[in-house]
Amino acid sequence: MIETILLTLDATLRVSTPLIFAAFAGMFSERSGVIDISLEGKMLAAAFAAAAVAYTTESAWLGLGAAILVSISLAMLHGVACITFRGNQVVSGVAINILAAGLTMSLGLSWFKQGGQTPLLPDEARFTSIEFPFAEALRDVPVIGGLYSELLSGHNILVYMAFLMVPLAWWILFRTRYGLRLRAVGENPKAVDTAGISVIRLRYSALVFAGVLCGLAGTYISAAHNAQFVRDMTAGQGFIALAALIFGKWRPFPVLGACLLFGLLDAVAVRLQGTELPGIGVIPVQFIEAMPYILTVVLLAGFFGKAVAPKAIGVPYVKER
Amino acid sequence: MKGLDQALPRWVNIGLLPLLNVVTALLVSALVFLVIDVNPLKAAEILLYGAFGYQEGLGFTLYYTTNFIFTGLAVAIAFHVGLFNIGGEGQAYIGGLGVGLLCLALDTSLPGPALLLLSVLVAGLFGAAWAFIPGWLQAYRGSHIVITTIMFNFIASSLMVYLMVNVLREPGQMTPQSRLLDENSWMPFVHEVLAGIGIEFEASPLNLSIILALLCALGTWLLIWKTKWGYEIRTVGFNRDAAVYAGIKPAYVMVLAMAISGAMAGMVGVNEISGVQHRLILDFHYGYGFAGIAVALMGRNHPIGIILAALLFGVLYQGGAELAFEMSNINRDIVVVMQGLVILFCGALEFLYKPLLAKFFKEKAA
Repeated sequence: MIETILLTLDATLRVSTPLIFAAFAGMFSERSGVIDISLEGKMLAAAFAAAAVAYTTESAWLGLGAAILVSISLAMLHGVACITFRGNQVVSGVAINILAAGLTMSLGLSWFKQGGQTPLLPDEARFTSIEFPFAEALRDVPVIGGLYSELLSGHNILVYMAFLMVPLAWWILFRTRYGLRLRAVGENPKAVDTAGISVIRLRYSALVFAGVLCGLAGTYISAAHNAQFVRDMTAGQGFIALAALIFGKWRPFPVLGACLLFGLLDAVAVRLQGTELPGIGVIPVQFIEAMPYILTVVLLAGFFGKAVAPKAIGVPYVKER
Repeated sequence: MKGLDQALPRWVNIGLLPLLNVVTALLVSALVFLVIDVNPLKAAEILLYGAFGYQEGLGFTLYYTTNFIFTGLAVAIAFHVGLFNIGGEGQAYIGGLGVGLLCLALDTSLPGPALLLLSVLVAGLFGAAWAFIPGWLQAYRGSHIVITTIMFNFIASSLMVYLMVNVLREPGQMTPQSRLLDENSWMPFVHEVLAGIGIEFEASPLNLSIILALLCALGTWLLIWKTKWGYEIRTVGFNRDAAVYAGIKPAYVMVLAMAISGAMAGMVGVNEISGVQHRLILDFHYGYGFAGIAVALMGRNHPIGIILAALLFGVLYQGGAELAFEMSNINRDIVVVMQGLVILFCGALEFLYKPLLAKFFKEKAA
């Protein structure tokens, strides 16, 4: 029983990691007033870049670097379209998602000739799990041993980075002058502009953060959790992250909670596949998979709590004429 | 950016700007072709031949166009009331589910024409229902329609997988698909109809749904510009406060427009299930809902523009398939790239050339 719970929680951490990166990417972007439905596309492109470069250079870190660069470039494209040229932020996001889906497969086919996939990464070219000291020795100690060696130890470095990134992001957003300005520009850009601070520059900088974080998410998916890039490999996780961002009401720790909850649902869904629950019968896996979306809709409908978006979200800033 | 606020002549706004945008999208596509080692001119030749060069190709082009007209109209109607319906994917999917359920139940017990009429109604109703909920939530509970429609796309997808795997799968089949529907419930193919009046045309998936699509375009034009409902829809879209003072209930009008929008997207189900697949399958709707956004934007939310833009997408789809067939180092995803570029340059970057043109026309005026 305890073994099962530990394994489920362990899986939860693994599944939640890309959600956490992507949801926080969305948080930086949306807190500055720019809707970001292209989390999915940025992750996908980053996953491809990470796998392609890690395979060619045999270095996971170079793969990560390439993923971050690609993801930032897409974020900047989003910025040019909807900050500079005041295009529709949702349309720009849709375009980036579709572009990423098409480009990864087309370039993949042309470069690797494997129908769009990248070749399998050898262990040296990906982020493998890190065993904590004494993990093996402590394994048999009751409770603590399991927690330490199963749950805490044995993840790859990106998992730990995700959980360390959360307090860091909180600190940047809520304890620094930059963070205050960033949040202000998402609520009332005119006030920020009046104070002599560039709305445009702030929003671009927020998108750079979003790019970096989506780059980490994508790398995790293709060069840490898996060992190659395959078609559509993000499989909607960018949208689950978006749901988590809203479910957590655009606040760091609730968003972390939402990511873990959605990750847990996913881990449980895998575990429950086909098993009969006493009194309920078999719960369809698809129902559990759809839970994040259903929960988010119910929350948005205001039936429990209220999710209030940053006020200036989705509105391009127009300086006084 | 300077010049974004300046007004331009009407022909520039609805003619020159979209044209420049399409050309840019195609030029960037050409660059992508160069990167993957394909001669863009050769590619363009194959693409155009595939789309128009022979009767079957033309049939495929128009069959894809039919879907794009439906989803383009869906997005446009929602735009007119000031809402962004990016749930066309889910609404099309559920519309098809409606057609499938109806035909699975009644395909041998009703006369063909009645069944077809019912299929159209049910597709519309199912699509409308799937758009009604996000519309209602937006109008009365203030939940952001972009987010809820995205969520509804995924919920539709999970629902369909569940139904296809567990409920509707043909017994003894491994693949999640329903049994073949009786021929009685099929939408007649255009080549069959033409053969009936003595014209020979190669077989293709093109079916009479294209007439339905053109009727929907006409209906949308009448609705938006010639009826009281359409007037209310546009008024709410222009200025909600003014609409309230004019005695219009914006919330009610929004829900209404969303339902009509969803019904249009649901029609994809008729073209796909009654027209071509003749059984329920997974993912028959894939990509049409999102492309509808680009179609509506390029078509400036006007039915005529939408038909033209839908044709462009039909050409890209069919021509792209030909390209993937002819060239070994290209797969169908190249169409997705071109589609993404069209959405990017015609949608998100629609004002890319505005500052430049604004400068030009200012100098001319001065």
